[in-house]
Amino acid sequence: MPKRTDIKKILIIGSGPIIIGQACEFDYSGTQACKALREEGFKVILVNSNPATIMTDPETADRTYIEPITVEMLEKIIQKEKPDALLPTLGGQTGLNVSIKLAEAGILDKHKVQMIGADRKAIKKAEDRKLFKQAMQKIGLDLPKSGLARDIKEAKKIAAKIGFPLIIRPSFTLGGSGAGTVYTAQEFELMARRGLESSMISEILIEESIIGWKEYELEVMRDRKDNVVIICSIENFDPMGVHTGDSITVAPAQTLSDREYQKMRDAAIACIREIGVETGGSNIQFAVNPDNGRMVVIEMNPRVSRSSALASKATGFPIAKIAAKLAVGYTLDEIPNDITKNTPASFEPTIDYCVVKIPRFAFEKFPSADSTLTIQMKSVGEVMAIGRTFKEALQKGIRGLEIKRDGLSGIKYKDKTELEEQLKRPNAERLFYLYEALKENYSLDRLYELTKIDRWFLQNLKELVEFESQLSAKENPPQEIILKAKQLGFSDKQIARILNKDEDSVRALRKAQGVEPVYKLVDTCSAEFEAWTPYYYSTYETPFAKPETRNPKPETNPNDQNQNFQITEDETRKTEKKKIMILGGGPNRIGQGIEFDYCCVHASFALKEMGYETIMVNSNPETVSTDYDTSDKLYFEPLTKEDVLNIIDKEKPEGVIVQLGGQTPLNLAVPLKEAGVRILGTSADAIDRAEDRKRFSQLVEKLGLVQPANGSAVTFEQAKTIARKIGYPVLVRPSYVLGGRAMEIIYDDQALEYYIQRAVWASPERPILVDKFIEDAIEVDVDMVGDGETFCIGAIMEHIEEAGVHSGDAAMVLPAHTLTPEILDKVRDYTYRLAKELNIIGLMNVQYAVKNSTVYILEVNPRASRTAPFVSKAIGVPLAKLAAKVMAGETLKELGFTREITPKHISVKESVLPFVKFPGVDITLGPEMKSTGEVMGIDTDFGRAYAKSQLAAYQNLPAAKGTVFISVKDKDKRTQMAKTAKKLKDLKFEIISTLGTAKFLEENGIIARTIQRVSDGKPNVLDLIQEGKIKLIINTVSGKIPRQDELKIRTSAIALGIPVITTLPGAEACSRGIEALIKHKLGVKPIQAYHKKLKVKSKKAKRQSKV
Amino acid sequence: MGQAILLLEDGTSFVGEGFGVQGEAFGEVVFNTSITGYQEIITDPSYKGQIVLMTYPLIGNYGVNEEDVESRKPWLEGFVVKELSSIRSNWRSTMSLDEYLKKYNIVGIQGIDTRALTRHLRMKGAQQGVISTQDLDADSLMKKLKASPRLVGVDLVKEVTCKEPYEWSEKLGVAKHKLKYKVAVLDCGVKFNILRNLVSVGCKVKVMPARTSVEEILKLKPDGLLLSNGPGDPEAVTYVIETARKLLGKLPIFGICLGHQILGLALGGKTYKLKFGHHGGNHPVKDLKTGKISITSQNHGFNVDMRSIPDKKAVMTHINLYDNTAEGLEHNKLKLFSVQYHPEAGPGPHDARYLFERFVKLMRK
Repeated sequence: MPKRTDIKKILIIGSGPIIIGQACEFDYSGTQACKALREEGFKVILVNSNPATIMTDPETADRTYIEPITVEMLEKIIQKEKPDALLPTLGGQTGLNVSIKLAEAGILDKHKVQMIGADRKAIKKAEDRKLFKQAMQKIGLDLPKSGLARDIKEAKKIAAKIGFPLIIRPSFTLGGSGAGTVYTAQEFELMARRGLESSMISEILIEESIIGWKEYELEVMRDRKDNVVIICSIENFDPMGVHTGDSITVAPAQTLSDREYQKMRDAAIACIREIGVETGGSNIQFAVNPDNGRMVVIEMNPRVSRSSALASKATGFPIAKIAAKLAVGYTLDEIPNDITKNTPASFEPTIDYCVVKIPRFAFEKFPSADSTLTIQMKSVGEVMAIGRTFKEALQKGIRGLEIKRDGLSGIKYKDKTELEEQLKRPNAERLFYLYEALKENYSLDRLYELTKIDRWFLQNLKELVEFESQLSAKENPPQEIILKAKQLGFSDKQIARILNKDEDSVRALRKAQGVEPVYKLVDTCSAEFEAWTPYYYSTYETPFAKPETRNPKPETNPNDQNQNFQITEDETRKTEKKKIMILGGGPNRIGQGIEFDYCCVHASFALKEMGYETIMVNSNPETVSTDYDTSDKLYFEPLTKEDVLNIIDKEKPEGVIVQLGGQTPLNLAVPLKEAGVRILGTSADAIDRAEDRKRFSQLVEKLGLVQPANGSAVTFEQAKTIARKIGYPVLVRPSYVLGGRAMEIIYDDQALEYYIQRAVWASPERPILVDKFIEDAIEVDVDMVGDGETFCIGAIMEHIEEAGVHSGDAAMVLPAHTLTPEILDKVRDYTYRLAKELNIIGLMNVQYAVKNSTVYILEVNPRASRTAPFVSKAIGVPLAKLAAKVMAGETLKELGFTREITPKHISVKESVLPFVKFPGVDITLGPEMKSTGEVMGIDTDFGRAYAKSQLAAYQNLPAAKGTVFISVKDKDKRTQMAKTAKKLKDLKFEIISTLGTAKFLEENGIIARTIQRVSDGKPNVLDLIQEGKIKLIINTVSGKIPRQDELKIRTSAIALGIPVITTLPGAEACSRGIEALIKHKLGVKPIQAYHKKLKVKSKKAKRQSKV
Repeated sequence: MGQAILLLEDGTSFVGEGFGVQGEAFGEVVFNTSITGYQEIITDPSYKGQIVLMTYPLIGNYGVNEEDVESRKPWLEGFVVKELSSIRSNWRSTMSLDEYLKKYNIVGIQGIDTRALTRHLRMKGAQQGVISTQDLDADSLMKKLKASPRLVGVDLVKEVTCKEPYEWSEKLGVAKHKLKYKVAVLDCGVKFNILRNLVSVGCKVKVMPARTSVEEILKLKPDGLLLSNGPGDPEAVTYVIETARKLLGKLPIFGICLGHQILGLALGGKTYKLKFGHHGGNHPVKDLKTGKISITSQNHGFNVDMRSIPDKKAVMTHINLYDNTAEGLEHNKLKLFSVQYHPEAGPGPHDARYLFERFVKLMRK
């Protein structure tokens, strides 16, 4: 069936900011879809509020709206663009939900937009628990016993019928929000109530618990002719009970016989047909009772999902791209398989390796959060590893996680009781407890009893543990042992640790023994056909003999006869082109996410333009960088010194780019340089000068710049001396970190002592840095690009929150809106001086604090920053691309970027925080970064741009009058607060305050209704929140540990989606945003139009400067 | 377990670790790309004369069980895997793969670079090879290898066909009175799943040895004849071709795999050998009448040359979308059709099961 000709213009909705449960996989899928549809000649209209995406690059779609993903804004875009069709299945749950809302509001019908891929009926059938259950029963598929409840009474009735333990799943939420397992009636009531609240239609599903069952997923595709294929099967290492996003997962399924697998396959096909997803991909989850094989359907995602991204990377089959083509009418047999070129996409990939995905968590950021893994997703990223065996892939995955582990290894525990507790309780470290238990000779049966992890996986872990003890007994392991170790995935570092040697000597020994990795292809077909796509993974293979190499010369070396003709096969293609290698960022984590992948992808595109062959190395399956056609070659490998050097040995690139993938590759700069690798761009020494605190201070001094007073300490006494000298408050932190890890503001000796007690990592090599904390300063972020000669600022961004909030969490506005021209000039001057001194080639980010007229330097990052994509979208200049080009030798003059651009429009970056997933965790912002993603609001004035940024970040700013609750700390009872309150009052808001704040407001002529504190009894603000009477909360607190009252207020507000503002400047910005919402109508404008205006402007400026 | 060697006729050799029984095994080395289903593959009589390499590296994970057999014992000559699981984990498993192969005297080798071997076979074509756990000397093995029997021109059907006719009676799952059609199956090495599928569409199944005469078949008064799958070169099985030709037009006939090739030959056509054959569970086959695509189970080294069939009423009905080879034929006049692939699955997808219904329809007419 050929392409449809009745549609020309297609609307694609992205997934918005990165949140837990919805990460860069949807940039990957959306970007693929845009490319695929434009290739077919369709016009693509894209909407996404997340600027750090490739899909929102002005080149990716025909018209790109970086606007909030809300029904109102989308209607405006639809009105303006008049698309013929909406493809709802590629923007994650966000895209799907808003599409349904558009349909239900009649907007699609009104504007004659048809949904393609999956229609409203199919989406409903898959998403609505009741309809789904009916559908599955109709086709004879088994499901866990369950019932639906719309209120607590109904819920209790169902619970009594099924019996505990039970699972509660709210209908229509994101990423399984609010879902949980309960064992007692008490727990049940609490969870049921929470679930009813978080469900968009206040409905929960109460289900028979199938915890401990084996869990599987199938990725399915269907076309308009009803051809259905399975792309990939996935088996979870962690059994049912852990969200699949938090589980270690393995592809393909390992412990199903063909009969059982085919039964599952039949069920999946029946399921997609019955639900009626007309074309595209779906993901169907199953559970299997390990004792008798009873198979039940768990759920279906009628869209491209996180698992589809994983399945695409695991098999080489581009699910999103094919889904887009199927949506416009093609059938699977009409689409060629890119990888083999000669065979069609109407097949099922078969693989000859094992893929392991391991989630990455961020519990260190939320110490008070419950770290037990449940059916609500908590991980923030993932790593994927490919090996020829499960053991090899698992070990590669563990070292790729970048959690300071070189492979499967141990963890501290007190006693057997704790060990067994940790095995019973699903948690992020369970693998390492398993290692300990295996060392203690726990039997597989006992471990199975404790964990319900399939014995097949446990046996594989056991083999690794056994080999380790075999290895540790060898002083000088012979070649066959080293080869065996490498085949089992042991890293050089891990072998070194086991043998008490250092990594370099193990590497040298291994090389001397001729034990080198080979690279094999991911080819969708297990080598049955020739593959063209250069997508590689490493493994260690046993050598074999080919007749042409079988030509021993016994007379010269009779003893070596066997080895002489042994060869290994490597499938990398030798090319003559000059090559540049780009190191990616590895798994997403808080502080290092999609922004860096964005930069790496840009570098690859830029260098390709220059004629280089680009080589990408990365281990994150969610990304665009690991799409097989982003770079000329893709190595899906962990970003460790060993793995990277191995590829360099094979490819011998001209140079390596380390400054775009975040801290991960940056940390490799020095080791790689020492190994003789050429680092492109800013030198490793300059990087060290900026990163090393001592050298940094020298640099600042040399340039005559100002830095907050500081010192470094290892003990409490030292720290106290420094703190007293420079004066409290102080900012304390470890050196060499990203995302403000363990960074805190400290106000007194006692808190300092407590901090140092917990700072177990502190050592003379890694001291604690103690800086004077500049209170009430304005923080400024500068992104700059340089070629060693010319340096040009991309943007000066002003933080909305005061200094002290991590730049990753702070809202920012561009251009700076309150700083004077003199201050800005000072900022420019300092930035250029730093850049010249460090001889920056590529990107640099500098953070300043401005107080009165002093500009303090806080830090310099000689790498791409998190804001690089935001700036690029705001000023219409692709900074990362320029950076890559100058690193490869072009100059900024040649590239035409020598002059700072100050746009007329206002761009606001706002962060998105994951607190809703961690109930009870305090939501105040501080120097430790906690946000997972960001959005951009862009408009002609600050109020509108800010309002958009809040809408986009799912902050429900009130757009009409209502009640505001204001309670601020004493220090904040000043003019700025009064002004903000006045503005809200003028906008006809009613203000409710606790006594102190009300008194302060009254003194400033603002009348506020008083309400008693929560701890003083009822009624209090909590009741008003529960009743839905409060529209906005302004609540600032001092100190690290918030009072119980405040915690309660915030937690319940977050759960109900009421915006909570925790800083004064934030409150002020918010009032301006609300004003814009009330007084103006928000418009929409594509990013291309903003950029066009900038270009016209810069041309004019050029012409004038020439005159 | 000790060392083992796999030597190909072109001199390429792989040293790994032996499993299964100790010994020496000769055969044509072919690769199979199915991820699951090793037990069905091992017990598929069509693999007689072949050494099978599994491209999926982790084999044996779920052990073997009583049910997933395609015949009464393993038939392949040798088995090659990357890593044999040291544990079997599945609720139905009754034995480990290693124990199973030992029980049935099959030689295996593991720990070699199976992908390199697969690529080699893809580029150079399927070829004769030997696995040995006894003689690790390449030169002496090569001599034995050169002398070992080949596939082409050899009748392997006689090795695998049943000695006596029998009625299929495995857990029918269907009430006996519902079995409305009597089907004679000419056993060239039939897979049990063909018989199971026939039962599931309402057939009473009588399995006959390959040398059963036309008269004996007709004496049964069957409603239809099924020409089964089987090993080796179809042109060598002259007696079955002869039987089939005599029965053309006398009975509705359904041919599967070797049975398809035999029909092609009975209709006067020719067969040819594929470079490395089709062995796996993921080949897309298009039904030319409906345009529908089935993901199919495949296992054949020979193919029917459709153009060579002089009878123009015999038409191609199915095509393999990987390499455009013929995958099915039917005759416009005579009541017969056949497919090159395996609609019975075992192992593999169930997409093509509709063909059994089609056979019933043909018998009903």
